[in-house]
Amino acid sequence: MSTTPGTLLTPRQVADRRAHAPHTSMFTRMLLRAAVLRRRRAASALLAMIVAAAVATAMMNLYVDVQAKLRTEFRNYGANVVIVAKDGQSLPADALAKVESVLGAKTLAVPFSYAVARTKDGQSVVVVGTDFARARQLNHWWKVSHWPDAPDEALVGMRAAAVLSPKIGPNRQPFELTFQGKAIQLAPAGMLQTGAGEDSRIYLDQSEFQNWTGVAPSTIEVAASGTAAEVEASIRQLAQLLPTADIRPVRQIMEGEANVLNKTRATLYASATLVVLTSALCVLATLIGWVFDRRRDFAIMKALGASERLINGFFAAEAAALGVVGAILGFFIGIGVAAWIGRVNFHAPVVPRFSVFPYILAGSVAVALISAILPIELLRRVQPAIILRGE
Amino acid sequence: MFPRIVYESFRRQARRKLLAGIAITLGVAVATAMIAVATDIGDKINRELRSYGANLVVTPQEDTLDVEVGGVNLKPPSDGAFLNEADLPKIRGTFWHHNIVGFSPMLPVTVKVGDGNNKDAKDVTLVGTYFNKALRFGKEDFTTGVKITNPWWKVEGKCGDGAEPVRSGAEGPRPGRVEDSPSACGWPDDNSQDILVGERLAAKLAKKPGDTIEIAGRQLTISGILSTGGAEDDQIVAPLALAQQILGKPGAIRRVYVSALTKPPDALSVRDPKTMTPEVYDRWYCSPYVESIAYQLQEVIPHSHAEQIRQVAQNEGTVLSRIKGLMLLITLAALFASALAVSAAMATAIYERRVEVGLMKALGAGNLAVSAIFFAEALLLALVGGVAGFSAGALLARQIGRSIFNSQISIEPVLFPIIMTIAVFVTFAGSAAAIRRAVKFDPVFALRGEG
Repeated sequence: MSTTPGTLLTPRQVADRRAHAPHTSMFTRMLLRAAVLRRRRAASALLAMIVAAAVATAMMNLYVDVQAKLRTEFRNYGANVVIVAKDGQSLPADALAKVESVLGAKTLAVPFSYAVARTKDGQSVVVVGTDFARARQLNHWWKVSHWPDAPDEALVGMRAAAVLSPKIGPNRQPFELTFQGKAIQLAPAGMLQTGAGEDSRIYLDQSEFQNWTGVAPSTIEVAASGTAAEVEASIRQLAQLLPTADIRPVRQIMEGEANVLNKTRATLYASATLVVLTSALCVLATLIGWVFDRRRDFAIMKALGASERLINGFFAAEAAALGVVGAILGFFIGIGVAAWIGRVNFHAPVVPRFSVFPYILAGSVAVALISAILPIELLRRVQPAIILRGE
Repeated sequence: MFPRIVYESFRRQARRKLLAGIAITLGVAVATAMIAVATDIGDKINRELRSYGANLVVTPQEDTLDVEVGGVNLKPPSDGAFLNEADLPKIRGTFWHHNIVGFSPMLPVTVKVGDGNNKDAKDVTLVGTYFNKALRFGKEDFTTGVKITNPWWKVEGKCGDGAEPVRSGAEGPRPGRVEDSPSACGWPDDNSQDILVGERLAAKLAKKPGDTIEIAGRQLTISGILSTGGAEDDQIVAPLALAQQILGKPGAIRRVYVSALTKPPDALSVRDPKTMTPEVYDRWYCSPYVESIAYQLQEVIPHSHAEQIRQVAQNEGTVLSRIKGLMLLITLAALFASALAVSAAMATAIYERRVEVGLMKALGAGNLAVSAIFFAEALLLALVGGVAGFSAGALLARQIGRSIFNSQISIEPVLFPIIMTIAVFVTFAGSAAAIRRAVKFDPVFALRGEG
């Protein structure tokens, strides 16, 4: 009983210690000794616990975060909300500023203005004024040989380029366009290829375009981030702010996104459930072995007169301790795994979610308790003598 | 003797064997289901991505510029070149025709909409297209049209109304790609003179389904109101044949949108086919890259130019590879977890039988003989659990496919030997450490019951 052999204690001192150290001390000592003496078995049980908790943590973190990550990927599809002036008019001059003030800095809003100009040989061509820096961010899929950097430079759509045949590149030549009698000289900076309507157009810097045609932006394309509900809310807000404009979601983009996201989420959910269940099974298998293995301890305790409640409590406490330690270690490992997956697959870190920790903890302890109680129930029916005899 | 020991071990310790067997079965089931889902997820998500609409467009080679602002076409109607409608079924004859989900021809025509006689006529774009047209290529019947390529188009119309003309069933069989759900009400028939009116245009003209409208001297029935969230909201969409009649150019189409399942781009896909060696060219041609499908479309449709719609085509590659990568990593996690579960169950089962080992060794059995017995038992368990797990996993994968993607996830038969090998290997690996420890254990201690 003495923890410091070699020092002699008077009977009174011993009695004192016993008085101050009630059953709990013996209880914790038994718990600790069990772990230390059977290091190997305890370690394997703990390892199973840690792996299960880590896998569960990683899955939960991913499940929450992947949707946000995929949404960012989907924003590469471009605008999901379009603001159009009603009846072919222009938007108010402060429309862009208003949009940005409502949606915040993270949202991308790009103004577009349109006019039909004529080339030297009388061909009609659509000329668009825009903000190149923003358009470039919004429309990742635009394949552009060289973005314009001076105000009098233009981006020429592939098919427009084939018709106008201006020399694009180092030895380029300016070409002329006229709009309502006003002519302008433009230098082709680069070629634009999208496979859609943009290929037939010529893009100019907005201020240059407005100086020339006097046409103000009539369309703002917005890439609103967030869930479908958040985007809906943004649309309602914008509608209040800009009563003269039509604000509509780009259904093609919104529905496609919702579709793919829902399917991915459901698959992820199914897989995560399977993985978590499998790791729970792993814990179950290990812990059942661990408790069965200690049936001798169980029998000795019983033979020495321990009550059933005490024994149950003891094994439950052991399992719970295993569950708690496993959950804590596994949680941090799991966060590491989730972050690694985020980096490898999405090239962006997965933000650790500490809010899942209570679930992991509760789940680990519950699985550990279930796995401990099951074999005890089986052992309880056996006479301690039989176990001690080694049969 | 050897078979008898193994047999008796299974007979007498049925419960314990059952426990280990269940662990193996569940582990293998999860592994099978995850592998099946992960290998099929690319195709499934690819199909879901098709809801973004067509990723390829075919235009006439010698075309004039589109002059279109805000969905209104300002180009003179007969200007420019056309493709021939008769060439369209040949799209099904391309090398990758199985990957072509659908296509829709488009023929925009500018028409004057006169609302009665008292109001001024207004310029509106009327687009002729296929809705769900039955076509035939060789011996194969198929349907295609905007219902397949543009799934976000919503039509509101009257269902089972007398105003709607009876749908003619005389156009041949319709392989049911698009089920006729209630939302399909209001779609005009491809052979009718009925039209769809965009929702904003309908609001402006104060028209509702069932009304008639005068276009180019014809009285046309509005079968439904179309809502797309795009330029079509201000347009009229009509069967292709009607648009051709109005334009006076039978068989003419301006462009074709093609929706195809493609492979994410890689280093090979972006190379110019003209500079390839024949070998590389074959590999490129026989891969479903969006570039090679475009190339094949140009081959079958004369005087055409096929181009990827970069907004759709480029992005789906990234989304697809992200989701596939994610599923791969999760599958690895699942394999790891199930391997661990199987090992743990095996280790537990063997650890409990040290007394037996002690007895065998006391009777003179060598380490090899004892190990052989355990490995034989493990092998049996692995085979039985593997077969049961494989079937359970196949069912699970099928269930996942049906409930999430509404389509089958098929299990490749080639997966079976792979899964069985993995099951045996993992069971052996899980048992090995426990068997070694059991064999090393001194029989005296084991028999005295001091474990």
